[in-house]
Parts: sequence; structure tokens; C-alpha cells
Amino acid sequence: MNAAAAIEVEGLVTHYGSRLILDGVDFRVAQGEIMVIMGGSGSGKSTLLRHLLGLHAPTSGSIRLLGKDITRASADEMHELRTNMGVSFQGGALLSSMTVAENVMLPLREHTRLDEQTMNIVARMKLEVVNLGGFGDLRPSQLSGGMIKRAALARAIVMDPKLLFFDEPSAGLDPVVAAELDELIIKLRDSMQMTIVVVTHELDSAFKIADRITVLDRGRILLSGTVDEVRRSTNERVQDLLNRRPREEEIDADEYLRRLTGG
Amino acid sequence: MAETPRSGIAQNLERIGRACVDLLEEFGYYFALILESLFWLALGRSRRQPVRLSAAAQQMVEVGIDGLPIVFILSFAIGVMLAIQGIHTLKQFGAETQVVLGIALSVTREFGPLITGILVAGRSGSALAARIGTMNVNQEIDALRVMGINPVRYLVSPVMVAMVVMLPLVTLFSDLAALLGGAVFCNLELGLSYAAYWDQSTSFITTDDILQGLSKSVVFGVIIALVGVTNGFMVSGGAEGVGKSTTRAVVLAISYIVLADMAFTYFLNK
Repeated sequence: MNAAAAIEVEGLVTHYGSRLILDGVDFRVAQGEIMVIMGGSGSGKSTLLRHLLGLHAPTSGSIRLLGKDITRASADEMHELRTNMGVSFQGGALLSSMTVAENVMLPLREHTRLDEQTMNIVARMKLEVVNLGGFGDLRPSQLSGGMIKRAALARAIVMDPKLLFFDEPSAGLDPVVAAELDELIIKLRDSMQMTIVVVTHELDSAFKIADRITVLDRGRILLSGTVDEVRRSTNERVQDLLNRRPREEEIDADEYLRRLTGG
Repeated sequence: MAETPRSGIAQNLERIGRACVDLLEEFGYYFALILESLFWLALGRSRRQPVRLSAAAQQMVEVGIDGLPIVFILSFAIGVMLAIQGIHTLKQFGAETQVVLGIALSVTREFGPLITGILVAGRSGSALAARIGTMNVNQEIDALRVMGINPVRYLVSPVMVAMVVMLPLVTLFSDLAALLGGAVFCNLELGLSYAAYWDQSTSFITTDDILQGLSKSVVFGVIIALVGVTNGFMVSGGAEGVGKSTTRAVVLAISYIVLADMAFTYFLNK
């Protein structure tokens, strides 16, 4: 087992109700690596992310973050680990009752004993990093989509986490803003040596930022490899995804009939 | 999956059974929520995750202070109505002046806490469900959790404190407003002076009467907080879900308040 792995998932099986969502997922992310998790809708990539964040308990399997198995960690260990994790949610998930600066300061306020002045300075620094200097006093509802994502990123990195998770960074953004966000992610890794996991279905963005790509399909990992390996893959499903081809599913006549008749 | 067709009775039985299980589950959730918010209130500080007083204070303003005008108006009206009905009833015995006793006791023991509970459920219970429901839909609750901020500590405990502190205080205020309403009507109808009304009222009302009303209001406060928060956390399905949960929170909270009131009154007067 390599000590440099920041994230190690082994045999992850999860259900939503009685429906199988992830079926034996294994993957690892090395320290300082940008891993992109790709897949179509319903492939289980969002579920995988939620499990990596410890928001759900899996049916079986283990998830090691920074060497700690979060499926067995105590509340205190989990709390400790969470101060080393930053997450930027798809919709930003900024608390709407607070200003942007208060949002960015929130983890500091809850986890550190810094004085108000210091927290203010740190929050402004992080807002500068994401090019939102001077916007701290606005409310999240006054920001545009791209600004919300950048503010959420500022909040995610305010504690200088070792792990950074990013859910759909470019979804709903215009191409220029999306490209800026990609640059920002690369910059963060280079300057702060963070391990970054990005979940996305945007191909351009994935190829631009990824060190390695993991392709999920229907709850299983199709492929985990470098950008070139993914491009060269002969797997039909991977190529469908890369070339935006509609998938051709074989129809089982009996199964189809059974679904129609509701039997 | 082929399921064997069932008779209507069996289906209805199943529906009733499911509803019972859901109800039990919800009550279990309420109970767990009480324990967890008490846990954070008691031990949060030692685990370096204290319940913020500022958050509780802000809730107190929203729950209590902001609602005072409407509490005053409705309680005053209740006082007037009690006086009208009381005088109408007692006229048949020629005992109109005894109305003061009736108003004093029914206000402190029953109507003060009840009207306060219903009003706060309508104002703050719905606001609570909507606020937490929206946070849930926007993944703000998830964001709190991944930041290592326990949502119960951060969102529920302050509300619990605010309700338990403010409901009795607002109830006292409501008592006074209702007594004033009664006094104004008695003054106009019977020519009873305010001083005499106040003297009579205070001689009738015992500490026990007031405490009975206040202890009920504490229970109502806990009910409003639990039902509001739970419905907020259970929201699924976007904006429409928030609307549904908000309505559900208000209706449930008011129903539970009236039922709890009945049970409470029964046992306290046995």
C-alpha cells in the first residue's frame, strides 16, 4: 500500500433504498493529484462524491481519506478530518442568511480561535485568490452563477485543506468563466499542493485539468487512467462518452414487455 | 416482480399500518432531536463546538419580540370576547360582575398560552420549516456537515433555546393583553373601574394558575421547534417540497399544540 495515497476507496457498494447505485468501486487518488471523476447522468458519480464526503454510510467497502477509514471513524476523528477537507458544491451552497465574507469566514469561526481581525484578513485573502476581492459584503443572492462558485471555492479553501472536492465546477457557466475556474483549480494544486477531486461531465474541462480520469458507468468503474489512456481507450462506453454518441442499448424483448404490462 | 393481487381490506389495513409506522418514526425522530440538541447545549462547549448565544438571541427576537404586536391584538380580542360571552351567560343568573373571575382564570390557564402557541406556530414554525427546508434543497445543510458544523448544534439548539425562553414570556404578555381587553369591555358595559377589575383579577389569580399556563407554553415551544425543524430537514423535491413542508409544519404544530393542551389540562386538573 502506497503511503502517498490521499484517497483510497475499496469495494464500495452502496444502495439507495433497495436500488444498487455503486457496485464495487475501487479507486485511489495520489497526494497532490487532480482526479476527475467522469460519467453520464445516473452513472453514480454524484453518489460516489457524497460518500467520499462522508454524507452517507455505504452498504459495504472502505473509504480512506488521508489514511483514515471514514466508514469506521468516530465522530471526533471525522470532525478532525473535516477540518482538512474543503468542498465546493454544485450550486455553491453558500448560506443565504450571511454575506459572502461571513460565509468564507464560517469555518474559521467554528474551528479556530483566531480573532475577528485575523479572520477578516484571511477571508479577504481567499476572496482575492478567487478574484472576488471587494465582493465580501454582498449577499449570495446578489452574485452571478460564476461568482457564487468562486465564493464557494474561497470558503472551501479557507482552512487550507489537504483535500478539495469539486462538484460540477463548470455546470451552468459560460465557457469563459468555466475556463477561468479550471485555471483556478490548477493554480490551487500547484501553489498549495492540494489533492483535488473534481466530478464533472464536461469533457473539455476534464481533459484540461485532470492528471488522471476515472470513468464511471452504471455504478462501476470503466477505466481509471491518465488523460491519454482515456483518450486511447477502446472501451465502447468510454468512446460513447468522449464522442457524444447516443448509447445503443440492446433491448431485451421479454424484459421490455414485462415493464410495459407492469407485471 | 409479480405481486399477488390483494383485497381492498388488506390494502387499507396495509395503508393504516404504514401510516402508524411513519408516525412512530416521526415521534422517534422528535425524541432523538430533543436529545441531540440538549447534548450540544450541555457538551458543545467542551467539544469546542459551542451553541452560539448570538444565534439563540437572534431567534428570540424573531420568535418573540417581532410577534408582540399581533399577539397583543389577538389576545386583546380574546379578552373582549370572553367578557362578552361571560356577561351574556352570567346575565341569566344576574351575576354579571362574576365575569372578572371567569376571564382571569380562563385567560391565564388556557387562552394565553394557547393563542400564543398557535400564533408562534403560524409565524415561526412555518418560517423555521421554510428556512431549513430551503437550506436543505440548496445543499446548505450538506455544506455545514462537510465543514464539520453539526446542523443540529448550529440550527436546532438555538431555536430550542429561543422557543423555551420566549414562549412563556410572550404568554405572560398575552395574559396581560387579554386581561386588558376584558377590562376595557367590562368598563364600557358594566361601568366597572379599571382599578376594581385589576384588584379583583389579582385576588382571584393564584401563582398556580399562572404557572400552569407557563408550563404549557414551554411544551408548546418545544413542539413548534421540533415540528418546524423536522419538516425542514425532511424536505425533498425543490421549491414545491418546501411549500408542502411549511404547510405541514404549521398544521401539525397547531394540532399537536391543541392535543397536548387537552392532555396537559386534564392531568394538571385531576
